[in-house]
Amino acid sequence: MSPISAQQSALNPDADSLTPAQRMAERAAIDRSCRTPCLVFFGTSMFWLMLGTILAIIASTKLHTPEFMVSLPFFGDVGLLTFGRIRPAHLNTVIYGWASTAALGVCVWLMARLCRVQVMNTWILVTAGALWNLGVFVGMLGILLGWSTGVEWLEMPTQAAFILFTSYALMSVWAILMFANRKPGHIFVSQWYIFGALFWFPWLYGCVQILLLLQPVEGSVQGIINWWFAHNVLGLWFTPIGLATAYYLIPKVTGKPIHSYYLSILGFWSLALFYSWNGGHHLVNGPVPAWIISVSIVASAMMIIPVVTVAINHHLTMKGSFHLLKTSPTLRFVVFGAMSYTLASLQGISMAFRISNEVTHFTHYTIGHSHVGMYLFFTMMMFGAMYYIMPRLVGWEWPSARLIKIHFWCTAVGGVVMIIALAGGGIEQGLKLVNIWLKEAPTEANPSGTPYSFMEILAGTLPWLWVRTMSGILIFIGHVAFGINFVLMLLRRGERRLTPTLLGEKSSSPKLEAVTA
Amino acid sequence: MNKLSTLFVGIFITFVSAWLGLVVIPYIQLGGLKPEKDEITGALMPPALSGSAQRGRLVYAANGCVYCHSQQVRGSARRLPEGEVPPDIARGWGARRTFPRDYLGERPHFLGTMRTGPDLANVGLRYTADWQHRHLYAPAAISRGSTMPPFRYLYKKQRIVGAGTPDALDFSLIPGVEPPEEGYEIVPTEQARDLVAYLLALRRSSYDLPEAAE
Repeated sequence: MSPISAQQSALNPDADSLTPAQRMAERAAIDRSCRTPCLVFFGTSMFWLMLGTILAIIASTKLHTPEFMVSLPFFGDVGLLTFGRIRPAHLNTVIYGWASTAALGVCVWLMARLCRVQVMNTWILVTAGALWNLGVFVGMLGILLGWSTGVEWLEMPTQAAFILFTSYALMSVWAILMFANRKPGHIFVSQWYIFGALFWFPWLYGCVQILLLLQPVEGSVQGIINWWFAHNVLGLWFTPIGLATAYYLIPKVTGKPIHSYYLSILGFWSLALFYSWNGGHHLVNGPVPAWIISVSIVASAMMIIPVVTVAINHHLTMKGSFHLLKTSPTLRFVVFGAMSYTLASLQGISMAFRISNEVTHFTHYTIGHSHVGMYLFFTMMMFGAMYYIMPRLVGWEWPSARLIKIHFWCTAVGGVVMIIALAGGGIEQGLKLVNIWLKEAPTEANPSGTPYSFMEILAGTLPWLWVRTMSGILIFIGHVAFGINFVLMLLRRGERRLTPTLLGEKSSSPKLEAVTA
Repeated sequence: MNKLSTLFVGIFITFVSAWLGLVVIPYIQLGGLKPEKDEITGALMPPALSGSAQRGRLVYAANGCVYCHSQQVRGSARRLPEGEVPPDIARGWGARRTFPRDYLGERPHFLGTMRTGPDLANVGLRYTADWQHRHLYAPAAISRGSTMPPFRYLYKKQRIVGAGTPDALDFSLIPGVEPPEEGYEIVPTEQARDLVAYLLALRRSSYDLPEAAE
């Protein structure tokens, strides 16, 4: 066999000089070594996903029905059920509990597969996983009991943040050890992203903890730093992990290498360069120096480069394999996620300009946008990854194709309906708030027209918010279906399958998803 | 890219550039900002918060007011017709836009990202303490159509002693809400008093800043 060039190995996750039998044996051993840590991360992330979805439905309902769940039997009115605590509890549960925990699990597996070494120092990972969950638990409890710091995306009390940071530091140490022991000559695209994410997140998190909570800086600089962090959590932590997953799983399931090396490089470096500057666009027209906002708007516009590059690269890799979406659960979720990434990013770019931001900022439109990113892109990507990885850890295929279908359709339809409701409601709210959409058009007697009163604007959002709650319930049904399948799989229920569980009757190429692939 | 060192240097440099730009330089530019001193009265602008209002800021944080209320009066990026003011000012949320100096001493900041409810940058100029207490206790009764959650857990019922507590809720001004039984009154807890002290201190349009003169 000819030696593998670095470029080739960056594109093809299967580029090595092993015989198929050797490769299978190597992978089986690696997957076995991932079993305990990955199951710790995936299992606990499932718990937070369920809790986070319930908190989401409660918060969403409270927005249109404020008397919903304000008191407990015997206790009467309690603070822990108020909207202003449930909402951050939801955000922190899904961001740190579900998404980050699932991401760490995927990271462990991808690292082991791509470094082509068995997981060493499992105890570090298990300790990190336990600490991470402890941190999320303490943090969520702190928020509900009224010890929130009040800083968006960083509400968890500092004690919880300290536990989370320690856990993450352990993960980074483990990752460095893995990188140091990797088999030579093989840095696949996904590893660039993972390497970046594992370096960027602790810096971000440590820096804001100091500058916003331990030794807070003065005044509105806090706003700039706050959004530098919150935007980069998406851009430099979740996005790289999501893209690393897509870059690995699309070639795996389709059996083809990534389309272009140069597009991969361009996509990665332009993301690293531009995304990190985006945060300032959360303060358009706000009380911060105009240059910060301008720089962030320019960087946001430049995001077109990484987004389009990655979209083209993924699309051309998928080309000719779209029929697999009918059968492969992994591919269906991953491609859905990858397409949502493009949508989320283009939407984000369109919201960054001064004119458009004036309308969409401070409205439900922004909330919708963050759900395109965190739900339709990242969460769906993690579902796809779990569909691929779990059978390899447990040695048992997914028990029910029907539950997978319910999971997909409920989450996809629910997610899309939610985005439409929040976008539609947000645009209406925004146009009315800035007096572009007027109650009465200008006349000669009344040259500036009559704007809507605040209460009228609020009333206008309520039907949209009802739709959003309904979509949340649909999503929850999807999550329950996934949860049932997950538990049945751990219990090794259902028939013993030798080939992967596929959707639909005709399985076009089951061997590509066989357990040892 | 098959060398870890190249990868690392690139990842480091791209990130540090943005870190310098969005964290370090803004800090250098604004970190030394001081309150403005009124030449005649010697009063500080923005004024420092009282102890109760400072504690109220923590109540505001703990109960997540920031998720529905911003505290910034924005300018407008649109070219507005002659004589027209930016929408935030037209809505009565402040007489001028807010500036970085308006936020000195605020830890944490409550710039906010959402306006499910109105902006609060100047709410202290709009309502009295009694109104705030009634509104926090029963928002929908005080402002019709409001979806603000009731903060009844910040109030307590107690037996009336003597002439009663001065800031007990006046139920004749809260339409449709059942008053407590005879001999009892609903009074704000310390937390509610602190929160209202904080809300009343939000009056950024009541002082002038040199940068507002532009």
